[in-house]
Amino acid sequence: MLTDFNFRVILEYLPFFLEGLRATFLISVISIGLALATGIIACACRISPLKILKYPSIAYIEIIRSTPLLVQIYFLYFGLPTLGIRIPEIQTGIFALMLNSGAYIAEIIRAGIQSVDDGQLESGIASGLNYFQRMRFIILPQALGVTIPPLLGQAIVLVKDSALLSLISVAELTRCGQIMTSERFMPAEAFFTVAFFYMVIYFVLKALADWSQRKLIFREAY
Amino acid sequence: MMAFYFSRLMEIFPFFLKGLWMTSKIAFISLFACTLLGFILGIFRSGRNVILKRLVGVYVSFVRGTPFVVQIFIIFFILPEWGLQLEAFPAALLAMAIMGSAFICEIVAGGISSIPRGQWEAAASSGLTLTQQLRLVIIPQAMKVILPPLVGQYVLLIKDTSVVSVIGVMELTRVGWVTVVRIPEGLMVFSLVGILYFSISYPLILLSNYLEQKMAI
Repeated sequence: MLTDFNFRVILEYLPFFLEGLRATFLISVISIGLALATGIIACACRISPLKILKYPSIAYIEIIRSTPLLVQIYFLYFGLPTLGIRIPEIQTGIFALMLNSGAYIAEIIRAGIQSVDDGQLESGIASGLNYFQRMRFIILPQALGVTIPPLLGQAIVLVKDSALLSLISVAELTRCGQIMTSERFMPAEAFFTVAFFYMVIYFVLKALADWSQRKLIFREAY
Repeated sequence: MMAFYFSRLMEIFPFFLKGLWMTSKIAFISLFACTLLGFILGIFRSGRNVILKRLVGVYVSFVRGTPFVVQIFIIFFILPEWGLQLEAFPAALLAMAIMGSAFICEIVAGGISSIPRGQWEAAASSGLTLTQQLRLVIIPQAMKVILPPLVGQYVLLIKDTSVVSVIGVMELTRVGWVTVVRIPEGLMVFSLVGILYFSISYPLILLSNYLEQKMAI
């Protein structure tokens, strides 16, 4: 089965794969940063008492969560040019990842905020703090601990989702596998190498997520 | 021009319904297979047999650590090299079953391990065999923990069926992709695709939310 697995080709293509890995890494870091900002804004609107902010953000979150990422990517990829917006594929891809993960992050943060006991909020009001002070000094510091493990989980999802950008010909890790397959016709070597690199990222992020989870449980017990 | 394309789109609407039917077919069959396989693997994962536990663990990490597209490429391009030629449709089902079962396995294992040891001991001292303990005592209680995330996972899996379009299965996303070549209105075409996906996933999301509230202690 693996007797004719050709490591020399992998070695030959290694710089190429590392280039792809770098692209995947950069795309993921930029997207997760932007998604975090989007998520925070969407969540702030979602929990706001103002209807004009609340309902659009609900619509955004629910639409994103109930349609596939691939459809969102194609929507932007084929849709933006018809609106006269021409940007490189990689920017379209990052935009799609940002919108997609932003909706999930908004829900993660909201769950974190809701996990803070009502009494905390009430004592904040009783202490005469205003809305922003309550958020800044009471709710968010407590919510942060609860949100970090699922946020890292979302980061794992985002790294894997970035593989879909290969379908709009962004030169990232999976695309490298496709290119190597078409050049040498060695799909096994190509895609197992790609899978290997994704696993490395996965295990690093998973270890971080588990570590933060342990820290969190320790804090709760304390 | 918009109105013209819109009427063209309405003309080929049955084509989209066919895609929706294909998506539903893939989703239904693969969800069934995933659930079955996921429960079996989940029971092994939370069981006492260390070797099986580790094996399932490796399987789960491999599946969860790699993107679904890469898994599809592995199944569709590499299996033929090893002498197993699959058509696009069965390959898609196989990929979905492998991917979904790993995620459901973790949910089931989490549910089973949430049951206190005393329940196992009580079931064992009532003279139940291991299968009976699971079937009559542990799983029914674990279902409360398993069900809400399971329905949530179903939504994710249904959305993931869109990825099998890359190997040419004529499902909803593929239909959109083919149509956009003829009707160059990306926003319109993929809005329609999105609406059709929404009509399947959103009710399930609501069900998941409802179950979460209902099962909360």
